[in-house]
Amino acid sequence: MTSVRRVLHPGTATGDVLVLTEPLSFWGGVNERDGTIIDVHHPQLGAVIAGRVLVMPSGRGSSSSSSVLAEVIRAGVGPAAIVLGDADPIMVVGATVAAALYGTAVPIVVLPPDEYAAICRAERVHVSTDGGAAWADKVDR
Amino acid sequence: MLAGEGTSAEQLAMRLVVGMAEVAGAAALIPIARAHVDGCLYHGQVSVDFARVLAEGGGRVRVPTTLNVGIIDLLHPELFRGSPEVAAAGREMMRHYRAMGCRQTWTCAPYQLADRPTLGEQVAWAESNAIVFCNSVLGARTERYGDFMDIAAAITGCVPETGLHTTNGRRARVVVRVHGVPAAVMSRDIFFATLGHVVGRRVGSAIPAITGVEVATEDQLKALGAAAASAGAVAMFHMVGVTPEAPTLGAVLGGLAPERTIDFGPRDLAEAIAELSSNVSPVLGAVSIGTPHFSLAEFEQLRVLLAGRGVSDRIEFFVSTGRDVLREVDARGWGPELRQQGVQVVTDTCTYLTPILSGRPGAVMTNSAKWAWYAPGNLGYQVAFGTLEECVESAVRGVVWRDVALWDALGA
Repeated sequence: MTSVRRVLHPGTATGDVLVLTEPLSFWGGVNERDGTIIDVHHPQLGAVIAGRVLVMPSGRGSSSSSSVLAEVIRAGVGPAAIVLGDADPIMVVGATVAAALYGTAVPIVVLPPDEYAAICRAERVHVSTDGGAAWADKVDR
Repeated sequence: MLAGEGTSAEQLAMRLVVGMAEVAGAAALIPIARAHVDGCLYHGQVSVDFARVLAEGGGRVRVPTTLNVGIIDLLHPELFRGSPEVAAAGREMMRHYRAMGCRQTWTCAPYQLADRPTLGEQVAWAESNAIVFCNSVLGARTERYGDFMDIAAAITGCVPETGLHTTNGRRARVVVRVHGVPAAVMSRDIFFATLGHVVGRRVGSAIPAITGVEVATEDQLKALGAAAASAGAVAMFHMVGVTPEAPTLGAVLGGLAPERTIDFGPRDLAEAIAELSSNVSPVLGAVSIGTPHFSLAEFEQLRVLLAGRGVSDRIEFFVSTGRDVLREVDARGWGPELRQQGVQVVTDTCTYLTPILSGRPGAVMTNSAKWAWYAPGNLGYQVAFGTLEECVESAVRGVVWRDVALWDALGA
């Protein structure tokens, strides 16, 4: 848990919120071609992460998740942004490589618990890291 | 390196290492003695592009580096049932990692190699089961390195000084108390795999201290760690009185009270075994063991359990292992005998990652909680989770066989 907002990877994006109620392992958990959640044990099985602001408590599972995140970003079916409750290096590495190889910057931010809870209730969010500060604000549809 | 020095590969590698240091809030970078790289597994176009960019950009490892599995069994390529395009991409990647100076070990169990990290050594290992084994059983220190970071650490020769690299970062926060499990069950592989599964589900990414287990083999700790790392994000566990950094509970807690205490008894065990089994009938299509890779000791157990009998011709029987272990198996003359008995040995890859099973009707049986956890989603199989003895007996009979005495002991 963090008491301040943090930028884990820079970028700017707007999208509809997809809240994951449990941590998701991208590897084994997300279809790389269409961004569908395929982890049969996950409560949000069947949801599509493509273009969404993915809100989840933390990362989970295999160390291969960095690759899957970079792959869905390359394929254009990755999340628009990722909002975490807890910092996760595996997500950051995947986003860094996707930005270096393909020039697509997916912002990743960590929010303190109260702000994280507020974002979970939002429908649509704008995430930015301007000036090195993390922002995640509700926007109208 | 970051300030424009070195090759383009070294600069990208250093950008990843420094980026990770910033996420972790690490003040310094520390040298590593070796690395284990998981990025050699084909995951799609990104994994090929990244390997090519590094290899062609002058990337060379600075420390001894072992390789995790790839998507092709290079020794038995005929086993691969995927597309020629994927096979070609997988081979290209494997070539790039060789070109960067990595050792061709192709195993998810690098801790089974003769030359392995020692207590207190700083390393950069990838692959969740290898990470948890390295920290917990070897007492060498690694953070959770994922794809890209592993080779970045190998190329730069350094990692952020944070988390599990530091003494403070290796303290247990959660206690898991095992009690009430019959001794006859506690000596079985299924106990350790299932305990690991429950630990992963219940502790998430915390470091647990497990009490109430007095003895464990490396293979049993391998099964526990692999399950805990796949069902959760466990990168290290202590088993009090068993693992090298856990002489006492007080020592692993660093003198502090645990944040949580979890009890694990026979009922938790029976419930988790049921959760890991998804088969609806005893019809058996295949047996797949060796996730993580089968050790020499496990091959010895397999020979004893088979007792000269053959696998039913109705099913397929796969054992995944590393090529170094297979060399030992063959040196003992066991290989031809096992093949004659219907056992197919898979090296350099794993049956839950790549299309090898032919998809005969019926469940796939395994003693690996990790395989049981991932295969339904990855490959669409129904899984019968059981002991190694149940797997072998089922393979001989050609139908899922259950050890009634074991289940009676569990009261299930």
